[in-house]
Amino acid sequence: MGEYEILRLIWWAVLGVLLIGIAVMDGFDLGTAILLPVIGRTDMDRRIMINTVGPVWEGNQVWLILGAGAIFAAWPALYAVAFSGFYLAMLLLLLSLILRPVGFKFRGKLEDTRWRTTWDTALFIAGLVPALVFGVAFGNALQGVPFRFDETLRMTYTGTLFDLFNPFALLAGLVSVAMVVMHGAAWLSCKTEAPLRARAQQAGAIAAVALVVLFVLGGVWAARLDGYVVQSFAGSDAPSNPLTKQVSRVAGALLGNYDLAPVTVLAPLLGVAGGLTAAVLLWLGRWRVWAFCASGLGIAGVIATAGVSLFPFLLPSSLDPNSSLTVWDASSSETTLLVMAVVTVLLLPIVLAYTAFIYRVLRGPVTQAMIEANPHENY
Amino acid sequence: MNLVELSRLQFGLTAMYHFLFVPLTLGLSVLLAIMESVYVTTGRTIWRDMTKFWGLLFGINFAMGVATGLTMEFEFGTNWAYYAHYVGDIFGAPLAIEGLMAFFLEASFIGLFFFGWNRMSRVQHLAATCLMAIGTNLSALWILIANGWMQYPVGARFNIATMRMEVTDFAAVVFNPVAQAKFVHTVSAGYVTGSMFVLSISAFYLLRGRHRGLAIRSMTVAASFGLASALSVVVLGDESGYLAGMNQKMKIAAIESMWHTESAPASFTVIGFPDMQTQTTDYAVRIPWMLGLIATRSVNETVPGIDNLVAEARTRIQSGMIAYGAMQKLRADHTDAAAGEAFEAHVQDLGYALLLKRYTPNVTDATDQQIAAAAQDTIPEVPVLFFGFRAMVGLGFYFIALFATMFVLASRRMLERYRWLLQVCLWSLPLPWIAAELGWVVAEVGRQPWTIDGVLPTFLSVSSVPVIDVWISIAGFVLFYSVLAVVEVFLMVRTIRHGPLPPPRAAAPAALRSA
Repeated sequence: MGEYEILRLIWWAVLGVLLIGIAVMDGFDLGTAILLPVIGRTDMDRRIMINTVGPVWEGNQVWLILGAGAIFAAWPALYAVAFSGFYLAMLLLLLSLILRPVGFKFRGKLEDTRWRTTWDTALFIAGLVPALVFGVAFGNALQGVPFRFDETLRMTYTGTLFDLFNPFALLAGLVSVAMVVMHGAAWLSCKTEAPLRARAQQAGAIAAVALVVLFVLGGVWAARLDGYVVQSFAGSDAPSNPLTKQVSRVAGALLGNYDLAPVTVLAPLLGVAGGLTAAVLLWLGRWRVWAFCASGLGIAGVIATAGVSLFPFLLPSSLDPNSSLTVWDASSSETTLLVMAVVTVLLLPIVLAYTAFIYRVLRGPVTQAMIEANPHENY
Repeated sequence: MNLVELSRLQFGLTAMYHFLFVPLTLGLSVLLAIMESVYVTTGRTIWRDMTKFWGLLFGINFAMGVATGLTMEFEFGTNWAYYAHYVGDIFGAPLAIEGLMAFFLEASFIGLFFFGWNRMSRVQHLAATCLMAIGTNLSALWILIANGWMQYPVGARFNIATMRMEVTDFAAVVFNPVAQAKFVHTVSAGYVTGSMFVLSISAFYLLRGRHRGLAIRSMTVAASFGLASALSVVVLGDESGYLAGMNQKMKIAAIESMWHTESAPASFTVIGFPDMQTQTTDYAVRIPWMLGLIATRSVNETVPGIDNLVAEARTRIQSGMIAYGAMQKLRADHTDAAAGEAFEAHVQDLGYALLLKRYTPNVTDATDQQIAAAAQDTIPEVPVLFFGFRAMVGLGFYFIALFATMFVLASRRMLERYRWLLQVCLWSLPLPWIAAELGWVVAEVGRQPWTIDGVLPTFLSVSSVPVIDVWISIAGFVLFYSVLAVVEVFLMVRTIRHGPLPPPRAAAPAALRSA
């Protein structure tokens, strides 16, 4: 195994960790936003819900910013193809992501009912759309998307926005929505008090069951889908050029990796087990922190399943399979991967440490009394 | 409009909109840390109230800065995909480090800044505020390292196997002198913006006779911090001008509208009307020697004029054509030794050959007229740079004068004596934003026709997306951003009119002994 090959594998794993980081950390904000009109019956309910994420959503959102930045730095070809290929979907994602910070910040500034219900709707959309678009993007990546490179590595993409919302991708989108709703509800069950907490647990249990059902359904469906197989390539240590390999499309081969390496079945199992555990614990209303952890592990399992199913592909091309992006031909140079790995090893533990410190300072549920004591400084 | 123009329009609009919020975040974060330090060291609660009040405005602004910053990060991929592929190996790293080192810090501790007042000791809270300010400033450092590399692409070379630029010396990218100068210039400009914001809103309160204690103290802090920052902007602006003189000679020549090379030391054109067609500056008023002194810091070095630089570009285009031809041969047969040698000798001019792609896709078959036309393309929009730069510099000196005046008045405890001066402070509020936006216009319009100076032309950097999609996204941004701007200004004005908050109802005992 060459050094470059190892670095590429490390960055493939880091990509997974970051995507899981986004889904786990940013996910409960999205879920909380979606649940606002579902379980928040009064303005005070909704204020409590918003204030549970109030002090942390800004930090959580950095996972998303870092995710995009790390893809740019480590997988520039993937960044170029995914962001420009999914142009209008990205616009949709972006506009809803912009709506969320401003919604959190602006909603509480006025007492007016219409003002607040408008922002509640905005926040609901700002939670739902990103979760859906992320899932749909994964659903499309698994099936391959229509792009090709010319000899100067300029990419053209021939699909449209509506092609993205095909049935399998929509199912993946629903998996993603169920995931963040489960996670948001588990978060709220830790951070609120009765009666809101009971509603959060109920919603979370339903979402967790829905997640498991949809995820298993997706697996059954995926077993029938075409997969992509690398026939020959320049080598796992070769310079990154996607046009140096032969790829063929094989019927029913999407889940081929699980035959090649049976241990990888642990990923989907973790997804199912995490979802079921979260459902049971939320339903019982006990060990709520563990329900939140189980929900997070379930999310990690679901995302890892997508990554393992695709490996070594990052984004297969349905139009010209040879143009597909793989771990071996879409990365940055060895120097960049090495420098970024060192930087990550040095800085990420510090980030995790102060994040943990902040959650510790902010521990405990958000109550009506806390908000009433400080009506202007809270959201 | 074509795809390139539309993509530039969208990036320019969203970047300028984003930079309405950034300088205020930069400046206010440091001012908050200063005010809270005074609170912690003196124990006077009015300083805590000041921190909370300006913090409220900071929060509204911060949310918009974060939201619109996301757009910038996405656009490199959505609208400039070829750019992302071509230089992502170098350009992506500072963006990722920015997230890891800076955004996490500022965004995590901003939560404690707002929600941690009753959950931490005073010193702990001050530490959170300082970490937030440090994070904010570090984010400026990393994004300007990325931008500095676009102006002066050091530490990288073209790799024929991957058809892109790859990093050769990461330290050179990080310690790029252009990036370092830009960083200090930009954060200082942010501090000026934050100081002006505090200064003019405090002036508003004094004119109305409201919140005097808070306004006078805020004004004193803003005047002294603002004076130091305004001096720093001008001194370090000069530094960045000097560095641009070394690397981006065309930008300097265009800013000075110096169509023809003069014998050293060159004169400085104070004002005039540059004409792109005739390549002359009408009604020019010149100061002898001045430009030569600023740009070269000597009396005998020449500052090349636009005519010389176009001729130089022409030579580099011809050299780049040799590299391009050799590259095509190498791609067909990578063992071709003669082509390999020619490529090595001319690869530093490959980017100039790419300028020809607008005229002939094959590059190597370009005619003399096409080469001449491509060389002419290296001249940026001279009038924009000429006037933009002069307005920015004029404002810079105005800020020094205003802050110095207010500083003297503050130190003599005479801030309220001249009402007209308070009016001047109030109405100066928009000026730092104008200066900052002009600074970016000069820096980035002056970089044209390149996205990466001398390496990748702008027209090649775009994504291959349908023009209609870009129209849709521009329409979406304009609509969305306009609504948000209205809401933001409405909330800001409302918060300012309302003034500092009354102490919380269930406050800690300390809050009861009001200063």
